[in-house]
Amino acid sequence: MDLLTKFIDTYPVFLKGMLLTFEITIVSIFIAIFIGLFFAFLKISNVKILEWIADLYIFLVRGTPLVVQIFIFYFGLTAFNISDFLAVVLGLAFHNGAYIAEIFRGAIQSIDHGQMEAGRSLGMTKSLTMRRIILPQASRRALPPLGNQFIIALKDSSLASFIGMYELFNVATTHGSLKYDYMSYLLIVAVYYLVLVLFFSIIVRIIEKKMSSSD
Amino acid sequence: MSKSIMINIEKLNKSFGDLHVLKDIDMTVKQSEVVCLIGASGSGKSTLLRCINFLEIKDSGLVMIGGEKIEKETHDLNEVRAKVGMVFQHFNLFPHKTVLENVMEAPIYVKKRPKEEVKEEAKALLKKVGLSDKEYVYPSKLSGGQKQRVAIARALAMKPEIMLFDEPTSALDPELVGEVLTTMKELAEEGMTMVVVTHEMGFAREVADWAVYMHEGRIVEVGHPMQLFSSPKEERTKNFLDSVL
Repeated sequence: MDLLTKFIDTYPVFLKGMLLTFEITIVSIFIAIFIGLFFAFLKISNVKILEWIADLYIFLVRGTPLVVQIFIFYFGLTAFNISDFLAVVLGLAFHNGAYIAEIFRGAIQSIDHGQMEAGRSLGMTKSLTMRRIILPQASRRALPPLGNQFIIALKDSSLASFIGMYELFNVATTHGSLKYDYMSYLLIVAVYYLVLVLFFSIIVRIIEKKMSSSD
Repeated sequence: MSKSIMINIEKLNKSFGDLHVLKDIDMTVKQSEVVCLIGASGSGKSTLLRCINFLEIKDSGLVMIGGEKIEKETHDLNEVRAKVGMVFQHFNLFPHKTVLENVMEAPIYVKKRPKEEVKEEAKALLKKVGLSDKEYVYPSKLSGGQKQRVAIARALAMKPEIMLFDEPTSALDPELVGEVLTTMKELAEEGMTMVVVTHEMGFAREVADWAVYMHEGRIVEVGHPMQLFSSPKEERTKNFLDSVL
C-alpha cells in the first residue's frame, strides 16, 4: 500500500498538474478545430493554389516531430513576449489542426453528392447548402475521429513538460527525481491520464448518442 | 387563349470531356403539359433534365424558362432553380432534419419567409401527399415511397412553375411505385408543368401529353404516348420499346 500512500500524499499537486494538462488540451483543440475547418475548406475549394497551401501545411506538420514543433513555437514566440502557456497551446493547435483538417475533409467528402444537388435544386446557394445541409451531417460523421484526436492531443500535451510547464507529466518526473523513485510516480501519473481519457471518451460517446437521434 | 411556353430549348449541346451527351436538342414545353422522356440509360435524358434547372450548365444553345432566356452570366441561377422544382431518383432528403423541416428548409432560408406561415403551408403540402402523420419523423424511418412523396412536397414548397422528375420511381420496390405515381398524377391534374424521365410506360400513357424518345444524345422521336408506344415511326424507338415492354 506504499503506492496508495504516495498517491494520497501527492494528489493536490497532481490535481493542479491535471488542471493545467486539461487547460492546454481544451484550448489547443478548440483553436485546432478552427484551423482544421479552414484548411479543410482550402482542400475542397477546387482552387489549385489553395489546395497546395493546405497540402504544404499538412506536409509540414506530418513531416516533423511534435516536440520539434512545440520547441519552434516556444522559442519563436516567447521572443515576442508571449507566455509559455500560449506558445505550447499554439504549437499543439498548429499540429492538431492538420489532422483535424483531414478529418473534416474526409467527413465532408463522405456526404452523398445528392445532398448538395438537392439543396441547389431548391434554390439554395452553395455556401448555404454547405452550412445548413452538408456541415451538420459531416460534423456528426467527424465526431468519432475528432474524439480520438482529442485523446491524442491530451496525451501529447505531456510534451509541454519539456519547456518547463508544470503539467501532469512534469509533476510526475519532478517527484520521481526528488525522491529517487521514478517508477511509483510514473505509475501514479498513468492513472491520472487513464482517468482523464476515460472521462473524455464518455463525454464523446454521450454527444454521439445525442447527435444520432435522426438515425 | 393559347398556353404560354414554359420551357423552350434550342440547339442545346452538352459534353462531359470527350463525351458528347446532348446533341442539338430542340424541345418546347407549354404550360400545364406533362412530358415524359424515355430512352436507354446513357441516352442523355437525365442530363437534359439537369440542364433545364441548371444543375448542369449547357455548352451551347438556348434554354428559356417562362419566356426568359437564361444565361449564367446574366441570371442568378439560384433564383431560376427556385422556380424549377426537381425530384431525384434517390430522393436526396436531408437525413438530419425531420420530414416537416425538410419541407420548410428552402422557403425559410431561401425565400426568407416567416416560419409560422411556412409551417402551415408545409403541413398542408404533407397532407396533400398523404403524410400528415409523419411530420416529426426522420427520413430514415420512412419507406421509399414515403420518402419520394416528401421529396415532392419539399420541391412544391418553393411554389415552382415547373416540376422535373428524374426517374422518381426507379429506386422503389414495385409495390411502392403506385403511391408516388398517384401523387404525380394529382399534380398533373392540377395543371403543373412537368417533365418526367421515367420507365413507367403506363404512367406515360395515362398522364403524359406527349413523350420523347432519346437515343445517344439526340431526340429520335416525339409523339403522343399512345402513338409512340404502339406504332413508333423510327426503327430505334421500336427496338427500345421491344426491349422494355
